[in-house]
Amino acid sequence: MFEKIVIANRGEIALRILRTCKELGIQTVAVHSEADRDLKHVRLADESVCIGPAPSTESYLNIPALISAAEVTDAVAIHPGYGFLAENADFAERIEQSGFTFIGPKAETIRLMGDKVSAIEAMRASGVPCVPGSDGPLGDDPETNMRIAREIGYPIIIKAAAGGGGRGMRVVHSEAALLNAISLTTAEAQAAFGSGVVYMEKYLENPRHVEIQVLSDQHGNAIHLAERDCSMQRRHQKVCEEAPAPGISEELRAKIGGRCAEACRKIGYRGAGTFEFLYENGEFYFIEMNTRIQVEHPVTEMITGVDLIKEQIRIAANLPLSYQQDDIKVRGHAFECRINAEDPETFMPSPGTITQLHIAGGLGVRVDSHIYNGYRVPPYYDSMIGKLIVHGDTREIAMARMRTALDEMAIEGIKTNIPLQQDIFNDAAFQAGGTNIHYLEKKLGL
Amino acid sequence: MDIRKIKKLIELLEESDIAEIEIHEKDESVRISRHGTQPPQPQYVAAAAPAAAPAAAVETASAPAEADTSAEISGHTVNSPMVGTFYRAPSPGAAAFVEEGQSVKVGDTLCIIEAMKLLNQIEADKAGVVKSILAENGQPVEYGQPLFIIE
Repeated sequence: MFEKIVIANRGEIALRILRTCKELGIQTVAVHSEADRDLKHVRLADESVCIGPAPSTESYLNIPALISAAEVTDAVAIHPGYGFLAENADFAERIEQSGFTFIGPKAETIRLMGDKVSAIEAMRASGVPCVPGSDGPLGDDPETNMRIAREIGYPIIIKAAAGGGGRGMRVVHSEAALLNAISLTTAEAQAAFGSGVVYMEKYLENPRHVEIQVLSDQHGNAIHLAERDCSMQRRHQKVCEEAPAPGISEELRAKIGGRCAEACRKIGYRGAGTFEFLYENGEFYFIEMNTRIQVEHPVTEMITGVDLIKEQIRIAANLPLSYQQDDIKVRGHAFECRINAEDPETFMPSPGTITQLHIAGGLGVRVDSHIYNGYRVPPYYDSMIGKLIVHGDTREIAMARMRTALDEMAIEGIKTNIPLQQDIFNDAAFQAGGTNIHYLEKKLGL
Repeated sequence: MDIRKIKKLIELLEESDIAEIEIHEKDESVRISRHGTQPPQPQYVAAAAPAAAPAAAVETASAPAEADTSAEISGHTVNSPMVGTFYRAPSPGAAAFVEEGQSVKVGDTLCIIEAMKLLNQIEADKAGVVKSILAENGQPVEYGQPLFIIE
């Protein structure tokens, strides 16, 4: 087991990682920007190193500073959390070249999954169902591209191979708009991701976003930990999530989960990962794989009882998985609400000092957050300040617990999206279950 | 005063017959005492009121009093522009780049900070006399850590 880990992240996930490290008896190094000196996990860590000024590019995205911090503290491993450099293959590679362990997949796996075209190829080869599409990058020939689109059938979506997470995409409803859309998306992709490679997929009009959590160790073991439904989104950003997904049978879960676990074994996946699917009419369609721990991992933890961060660290330390597939049982239902420091109606970020904080509690309530009374939410980073998670024996009980918990949460001094979350949990269609990825935007009139 | 220094002091205490050691540095002080067979317990005492915070651990690497101490320093502070290991000389055994009391011009090398096997020369951004050297040879330093005071 590692003696000392650098937590190369901030906010709630850094605290999450720190808690598990403490449990495992691992010494913690909290690296932080100048603006983050007073982060909760920085105060709790065994050591801390200031790695740069507030801007992320000079701190949390500063690879030399991060590796240097590991060197001067004699750490042995680095946990990247999510976002920032968590899916940066160069970062993973340089860490390993410098003699440290990157808690995550190998650099080549990150690269494979980071290129959406090669990811889809790898998944097809492993028997994971994919969205009907161009099966490869689009070339320059307009006739060919129009033919591909006709074969797939409109509406189609053009996607950047180097994109992901909802970025670098354009929907096309008819042939007249196709060629223009391809040029525009290509140019945007080049500017945003440094690669103008694009591909085409059928655009599913009423899909749900259902993803499968996997764990895969370095001894050939891979398991799935059921699914999460993350359909409640605004501008491709998840607002709340639940596990398991309403309406998915145990049989279907085992089938799709089994394919994902098999794909992990095939590609030699190392660590925790998530296979993202669009789910429509009882069919799963692979869109991308996230080679990191995800924001919404707690809902899976609540229904399975598995500590995903602990398993990540164990896998990186070359230990076998603590669980076999038969050990994973879905128990009850869980929801997570992302609490953001933002105006609940305009979504404008709302940094500032938290003057009054009352956290929800009670049976089945979990709060993953780094905020405290008097904490100053900085303006430099994303607005998520915590996650409110509930679990109950049934979906109805869990929903009731979330409504109660949202009512109890009081965060004053800044604006939060709690009113929006309350609105969602009082929504009849959401209560019935199965709302798709367009539902929230339609509801908000966006 | 950072945690690395406190750890060194604990080691010092453990290796010797000293029962208790107290060190004052500007507005901060640390008292470490040995109680029987227990390992020495550090008690961190900041003379300035610490920032309002929830139950903070006794050992903290970030010192709230540091902000006060730097306000009292006269002269120009040269802070570390990166994370790394601080070296006073170009190589082990060689003469240090600067000593206290030495005059420096803008652009003169003050020290080396080693990061990821690269030796980075840190230059004076102000001319004057080196009033104090705030880091020790071979000590890890973080971004923004004060290294020199030039007057």
